[in-house]
Amino acid sequence: MSEARVDVDDLVRGVLDGEHRALARAITTIENREPGYRDLVSALHGHTNGTAVVGVTGSPGAGKSTLVDKLAKAYRDAGLTVGVIAVDPSSPYSGGAVLGDRIRMASNVGDMDVFFRSMSARGQLGGLSTATADAITALDAFGKDRIIVETVGAGQNEVDVVRTADSVVVLVQPGSGDDVQMLKAGILEIGDLFVVNKADMDGAATTVSDLREMLHLRDGSTGGGGHHGLETHDSIDGDDDDDTWDPRVLETVATEGEGVDDLIDALDDHRSLLRETGELDERAHTRYAEEIRQLLRADAADLLETELDRHGGIDELADAVQARETDPYSVVDRVLDPLADCVERRRE
Amino acid sequence: MSTGQEQRAIRCLVAKVGLDGHDRGAHVIARAFRDAGFEVIYSGLHRAPEEIVQAAVQEDVDVLGISILSGAHNTLVPKVIEGLKSYGAFEDTLILVGGIIPDEDRSDLKAAGVAEVFGPGTPMSETIDFVREHVDR
Repeated sequence: MSEARVDVDDLVRGVLDGEHRALARAITTIENREPGYRDLVSALHGHTNGTAVVGVTGSPGAGKSTLVDKLAKAYRDAGLTVGVIAVDPSSPYSGGAVLGDRIRMASNVGDMDVFFRSMSARGQLGGLSTATADAITALDAFGKDRIIVETVGAGQNEVDVVRTADSVVVLVQPGSGDDVQMLKAGILEIGDLFVVNKADMDGAATTVSDLREMLHLRDGSTGGGGHHGLETHDSIDGDDDDDTWDPRVLETVATEGEGVDDLIDALDDHRSLLRETGELDERAHTRYAEEIRQLLRADAADLLETELDRHGGIDELADAVQARETDPYSVVDRVLDPLADCVERRRE
Repeated sequence: MSTGQEQRAIRCLVAKVGLDGHDRGAHVIARAFRDAGFEVIYSGLHRAPEEIVQAAVQEDVDVLGISILSGAHNTLVPKVIEGLKSYGAFEDTLILVGGIIPDEDRSDLKAAGVAEVFGPGTPMSETIDFVREHVDR
């Protein structure tokens, strides 16, 4: 736990050798932003294979953890190894968190080939998706066959997190409001697959048909053109946009494991379509582009923070602006101009 | 949205092991740890020692708090410790035991690798201070 505990080379070797302890340590290093985490992720990146990443999101109590448990079990039965990252919110007051998703992982007891890791949001905006992406890199390099990212779908942070996935599963509870609620929640845009869990409950059929209807509208509004009965949603028809994926609605009873096989089939279909159409690569490309941007912004922000301090700190500058001694634009110019000059001179 | 700064948190696993269905104490501890700013993973009830080991290793926790009220601590705790050792995770995990532990068993547990035993009535602040003091961050 001291500074010296992170030996990047050891960690990388351990992860590549399949040591669970090293993988756990690597993720901690990533999560804590400990010295050396960048070298670690850099070294691991070269060993990744683009493992299939499934994102699972939905409101609290929808049954995400239970479904993830059953998914992991099904993958294990098929002889695949699984990595799970479960993201829970942390308290904005104490910074503490209770990460409870592990309780539901009852089907994979003592099976180290399901590597389950809880992560908390730790209050950092934007940083969470970076940390999740880096943790996925570690699981991928470790050699996991499938990676599942689970998060409460409650805000931008979480939406960013599920974007790190190739396929996004949105879990919906029966009776979770009429179709307007679904629009309001903004969940329609992010899902590739919609799962109405607890399908044995009253109102499940209504929720399914509501969802289908809303998704149908979504297709129409995005210029999908002439897309018809959602019963044929998975058929590849003669339209010129037959390369596009039409989101499916499935039903599960996660506690009983019902519908899990169908879900896995749908996930496989989605992934093969993505691969055939080249969208898989496209999505990865977009993700990396966003990641680069995000890292750049964050690092530039750190650099600027240091420069701000050199100019007397943000408080002093704000006071000066407030006292009408200067204005925000002049302050920014004063801080940025030397940097811009440096960049100009160093540019090759 | 700085990603460059270190953001550490003390991670704890609060574990119920064996055939013991009383987890009020574990819940109280989990809440107190959370309010102290720790990240708490709760194992749920009736866990086998191997499950606790799996969770402690995968979650890379700093603190493992085992709550036992069944009297089986002399069997279960050493099993957990053995498991941690087999994964090389014993050295940097602070192991605490809470619950009903007779005084005469305490020294054996400590000799086995338990850092401290906290019985009923221990003020929450004492446990939290102990964790802060002994987790070297």
